[in-house]
Amino acid sequence: MLGRHSRLLEVAGLLLAMQFGAGFAAAATPDSYDPWPGLVQDIFKNRAMNDGAGVIAIEMPYRAEDAAIVPVTLRAVLPPGDTRRILAITLVIDQNPAPMAARFELGPDASVSEISTRVRVNNYTDVHAVAELSDGQLYVTKTFVKASGGCSAPAAKNLEQAEGKLGQIRFRQFARPGEGPSSGAREAQIMIGHPNNSGLQMDQVTQLYVPAFFINELRIWQDDSLVLSMAGGISISEDPNIRFTYIPIPSGAKRIRVEAKDTEGHVFQNEWKVDDSGI
Amino acid sequence: MTHRLLASILLLTMPTIAAAQFSPLPIDEMAPGIFVHLGMSELMTKENEGAIANIGFIVGTDAVAVIDTGGSVREGKKLLAAIRSSTDKPIRYVINTHGHPDHVFGNAAFVNDGTTFVGHSKLPRALATRGHFYLDSFGRIMGDELIGEVRIIPPTLTVDGTLNLELGDRRLVLRAWPTAHSDNDLTVLDEKTGTLFAGDLVFLTHIPVLDGSLRGWLKAIDELGGIAAQRVVPGHGPASDWPAALSDERRYLQRLDTDVRALIKSGKPITAAANTAAASERSRWDLFDDYNARNATAAFSEIEWE
Repeated sequence: MLGRHSRLLEVAGLLLAMQFGAGFAAAATPDSYDPWPGLVQDIFKNRAMNDGAGVIAIEMPYRAEDAAIVPVTLRAVLPPGDTRRILAITLVIDQNPAPMAARFELGPDASVSEISTRVRVNNYTDVHAVAELSDGQLYVTKTFVKASGGCSAPAAKNLEQAEGKLGQIRFRQFARPGEGPSSGAREAQIMIGHPNNSGLQMDQVTQLYVPAFFINELRIWQDDSLVLSMAGGISISEDPNIRFTYIPIPSGAKRIRVEAKDTEGHVFQNEWKVDDSGI
Repeated sequence: MTHRLLASILLLTMPTIAAAQFSPLPIDEMAPGIFVHLGMSELMTKENEGAIANIGFIVGTDAVAVIDTGGSVREGKKLLAAIRSSTDKPIRYVINTHGHPDHVFGNAAFVNDGTTFVGHSKLPRALATRGHFYLDSFGRIMGDELIGEVRIIPPTLTVDGTLNLELGDRRLVLRAWPTAHSDNDLTVLDEKTGTLFAGDLVFLTHIPVLDGSLRGWLKAIDELGGIAAQRVVPGHGPASDWPAALSDERRYLQRLDTDVRALIKSGKPITAAANTAAASERSRWDLFDDYNARNATAAFSEIEWE
């Protein structure tokens, strides 16, 4: 906790210096303070972390084109012989105002191997992915992203259209080329229409911040078997989009069901028939 | 006698003193009474003082209308100096074609009792939600000396459909558009010379920048083409024949649309759009590497919801 407050103070100091023309002319520069040790304390209770190479991988563009929509892909890369499974993956964007972007829990029978989503990145920053394994071990990997202003960037290029799709959930199944019938892995995507307001976007008319209003819980099932759940925050981009690769249950699921909740207590639900055509 | 002499000397020197503070922005007279400063195909920087957009003014027998004010108050003041070295008619209107920083950051230079700021009916909201963010971002990029004096000045006269403004011997026809380049695009047609100030609904040379709706923009291009005008002053790029000026931009946006749709149809993720969409257009546009991936990301996140 102390670590995070120190960082806030330092950022405030930087902003004040800029206002009084202390010579800051360059584009956004990263804090010299490294928040990661404080985050390991806050989020992971200082548990030991192993090098994630060969266990968990993260992919993000080095330079984000649009700081409010930065794609991220998390991959479970445990070798075939490893009998452990990944229970959860936590995504941390170190320099964001709310660094814990999301925690994904992987359903026990779905063998989720890949999760992609889009996030807001507020500063040049390290991004960490921490995998919790079934043997109790933590594994960490990281990457670096150059972006700024994602969390306070104004939402919606098209405000009227955004209002129209609040709470709509879309589901899509993708063909999985090159995998062959034996792998059986499927790729699918859930999209939820939601502004996911960060609470850091200012409304100049009222001089107040647009209140935080975002999807905080998402669950995806195949029949009654949990595929994936997400506990999310304001670092997830507007219109949360989760794309994932999983293995259908052996009996062949009839439906994919989704339930999403937001910070105002709305519950959005939908379900779809599973397409078994092997598209 | 001495008093009158002194008064005359003062009157002669004062405009010179005022103009000496800010040298007039270089302008071209595109048509009788139509003056434009062509911006540079660059990103906004401290060095270029944000002067990257086309801005200008129209002189009528009664009054002057300014169209966009530039990317800094400094640029705005230089535009004002250029106006004052051309005419002493009052500036009745400052028209912002839309709310992006390179077009509105010079507004503060024109605040005056007799001057009305004009814009799309959605411009006040756009400036309200984004102004603070723009000042922060560009303050960091261009420095506090240039951006500290920028004020977000919304229009008090707004346009919903069309609006006519009279400058004496000439009428300006203003038209508000549905979401295209941005959600608050406004065009200005000078009837006398058939000159269309298209704002960022039209780009030449400088890559089109998508910050509204790709579908809306493609639709607007069709309608824009039907406007009878002799020439266009685009938001970026040289003044050009009309409607020929639309063909480059139409080609780029259609390519973006086609490529993104194909990617979505074949189940590719958004990163594929950033990396590959409209790649064939790369050599055709300035600042392609600065904006295309972002345009593609925006197009993908729009089209995937269709």
